[in-house]
Amino acid sequence: MLELRYRGSCPSPGEAVSPPPREGEAAGGDHETESTSDKETDIDDRYGDLDSRTDSDIPEIPASSDRTPEILKKALSGLSSRWKNWWIRGILTLTMISLFFLIIYMGSFMLMLLVLGIQVKCFHEIITIGYRVYHSYDLPWFRTLSWYFLLCVNYFFYGETVADYFATFVQREEQLQFLIRYHRFISFALYLAGFCMFVLSLVKKHYRLQFYMFAWTHVTLLITVTQSHLVIQNLFEGMIWFLVPISSVICNDITAYLFGFFFGRTPLIKLSPKKTWEGFIGGFFSTVVFGFIAAYVLSKYQYFVCPVEYRSDVNSFVTECEPSELFQLQTYSLPPFLKAVLRQERVSLYPFQIHSIALSTFASLIGPFGGFFASGFKRAFKIKDFANTIPGHGGIMDRFDCQYLMATFVHVYITSFIRGPNPSKVLQQLLVLQPEQQLNIYKTLKIHLIEKGILQPALKV
Amino acid sequence: GTQLRVRESESEAKVDGETASDSESRAESAPLPVSADDTPEVLNRALSNLSSRWKNWWVRGILTLAMIAFFFIIIYLGPMVLMIIVMCVQIKCFHEIITIGYNVYHSYDLPWFRTLSWYFLLCVNYFFYGETVTDYFFTLVQREEPLRILSKYHRFISFTLYLIGFCMFVLSLVKKHYRLQFYMFGWTHVTLLIVVTQSHLVIHNLFEGMIWFIVPISCVICNDIMAYMFGFFFGRTPLIKLSPKKTWEGFIGGFFATVVFGLLLSYVMSGYRCFVCPVEYNNDTNSFTVDCEPSDLFRLQEYNIPGVIQSVIGWKTVRMYPFQIHSIALSTFASLIGPFGGFFASGFKRAFKIKDFANTIPGHGGIMDRFDCQYLMATFVNVYIASFIRGPNPSKLIQQFLTLRPDQQLHIFNTLRSHLIDKGMLTSATEDE
Repeated sequence: MLELRYRGSCPSPGEAVSPPPREGEAAGGDHETESTSDKETDIDDRYGDLDSRTDSDIPEIPASSDRTPEILKKALSGLSSRWKNWWIRGILTLTMISLFFLIIYMGSFMLMLLVLGIQVKCFHEIITIGYRVYHSYDLPWFRTLSWYFLLCVNYFFYGETVADYFATFVQREEQLQFLIRYHRFISFALYLAGFCMFVLSLVKKHYRLQFYMFAWTHVTLLITVTQSHLVIQNLFEGMIWFLVPISSVICNDITAYLFGFFFGRTPLIKLSPKKTWEGFIGGFFSTVVFGFIAAYVLSKYQYFVCPVEYRSDVNSFVTECEPSELFQLQTYSLPPFLKAVLRQERVSLYPFQIHSIALSTFASLIGPFGGFFASGFKRAFKIKDFANTIPGHGGIMDRFDCQYLMATFVHVYITSFIRGPNPSKVLQQLLVLQPEQQLNIYKTLKIHLIEKGILQPALKV
Repeated sequence: GTQLRVRESESEAKVDGETASDSESRAESAPLPVSADDTPEVLNRALSNLSSRWKNWWVRGILTLAMIAFFFIIIYLGPMVLMIIVMCVQIKCFHEIITIGYNVYHSYDLPWFRTLSWYFLLCVNYFFYGETVTDYFFTLVQREEPLRILSKYHRFISFTLYLIGFCMFVLSLVKKHYRLQFYMFGWTHVTLLIVVTQSHLVIHNLFEGMIWFIVPISCVICNDIMAYMFGFFFGRTPLIKLSPKKTWEGFIGGFFATVVFGLLLSYVMSGYRCFVCPVEYNNDTNSFTVDCEPSDLFRLQEYNIPGVIQSVIGWKTVRMYPFQIHSIALSTFASLIGPFGGFFASGFKRAFKIKDFANTIPGHGGIMDRFDCQYLMATFVNVYIASFIRGPNPSKLIQQFLTLRPDQQLHIFNTLRSHLIDKGMLTSATEDE
């Protein structure tokens, strides 16, 4: 049975597309070559090969050419290669940090756009890797479908968030009302259209590839799009909930690197040989301290602390409010051992600083797992960097890999420990009910409020 | 440099690659092995005289009737049993798809992976059940102290459980198997996305009223059977390359038959409270009750028949339940879009060269084979209900209101008040009570 198969090999169109799997076996014996070319006859099976081969058989995917700007190259041409790399990384780091500050200054709307831009770029990077892994750039429809799904999912999420926050703006426009009321149905219909297009686009001999790319797209959407929307929801809670977590992760990255550079000795995990326990622990403590200080500095300003609201009169975002208790100084009595160290009876802290300890701890202990996940992913698919967008650093995903879990954690933390349900959302849902139900609820609420003393029976407005 | 690398990879290839190419050739020579025929001995003996083709027909027929009878029994037993059945079906579907993934990637020996897959299934189920249970069992949950804490920090606890699984995955990554492990991780997550979310939407629909569970599922089953029969008797034009047995005649015939079936079925079911009322948990009796005043949807109303049909039927008006109009939408979806779920599953089976998902049901294949057209139906029904039928749940809103701060409560109260006064529901005079 096997004999027959080997004899039947013939050149197929697939051969032209498939040099990489051959490379590893070029020096191998006839047995290997024959079985490879034999597999070529069915393109599907060749791709199936990629599944069960172990990593060593997969060749490296060539990274795109170096994109360092000419200016930097000329300025640094004198230095040795290692220092040159250091300088490039350093300069780009400072550039990114300044860009970050600039955007913060420009306000929440710009931040939202930035988050959206980063999300689209991350999606693009991961999908491109998928294409290269599966050599599926020529699959019919697939690029269109991936971007279409990205659009659908974004539409769904933005609709859910925007409707909440722009409630007053939305109530005014008639068409927007319609879109909001049937939002889920419309999003589902759009998604279904994409699903049916996918099914109709299935081509014989490419089924497996197409299913892989479909799943790849969905997992990527799950990771990038949901995270970015959680980031935006955190942002609306108050810019401090956006800034402190992200800076803690960045600080952890940098300080762990520095501690590892100067004191690093014991390797941390086989997956990332450059990480060390010294870096890990040193990074943890410095991040907690940094988070503590950053929280103290930022808690003073209403600009960072207040929930972002859309004011219809001004037609823009405002961050003005009475800071909640989290952001008002309170005095805490120190436990005895700290008293002896600091020689103070009490200390004034913002309660938010206590929360920042939790956030920094997560950023330092669990955040790196996101980085290990990304390292494992890069090794699995034999890529050095996700892309080459940022010279010296790699792609956008490379910078954001430790942030994966942080946004979800902050969101879950806020909903569990900080705020209750969103009042405007409750109001919105109330206004959608039937009038009789509204009346019933109104009466129940009135009784409740009077009981609690919030509403005085005598006061009539 | 290059020479060395090639030789290294070649020797590695010989060690690991041989296994891979061996198993690959084995896989090529035959589709993934389906487990042995599970037809019970009884049936085998009873049908031993008939020819193979009719035997297959009989086996399928008997099993179909057995499944339908089983369905009726479960409905009779009530919502709690239905919930348990849905959960079991979900677990079996998950198991079937994961097993296919293992067979495709020959990764049965990967460390930890089976444990991790089941662990993720547990986490996601915990999260979803927690969200649903809290809504429907609110009073029960508030009474018991441990349950209250679990429900208050539910999201945080679920997220922590998931994170533990994620970190275990990262720590379990083994050199030389990275790609396989990432594939299985992705495969598990996509499976969870499909199977678990759908089953929870099914349970949501069930709680809305058993009719929202029974009518959609029966429409899909009816469409399956009717399209098959129309195709068998009248089928001529093939529908799609993916499933060569489907025909346009079957598709269109199935569509009309399903719409009629849906109308009749809704008419019959709308008369009974046990199907029509939302499932509620009664604290006093500590069980589920389906007792209520049927909503407008389930009260007979007169409709004027448009002129066109009047001349055909000879009636001026007809009495229908409004729900029957909705059932037309549900049946239409089941007949037109439901089959895409089936094509998706067919494409999947061809892509991975399997004949059936598993061999659980003799003559029919695995559980997934029976449920492939149901994929999209549950989501559609849920979205349909949320968009067109019910609004937000008033008691849930009151719960949320009570957790707000006093100044927010006052603000909402005043806004609601002015809104009601605007609508004329409330006048300043009634405020004096």
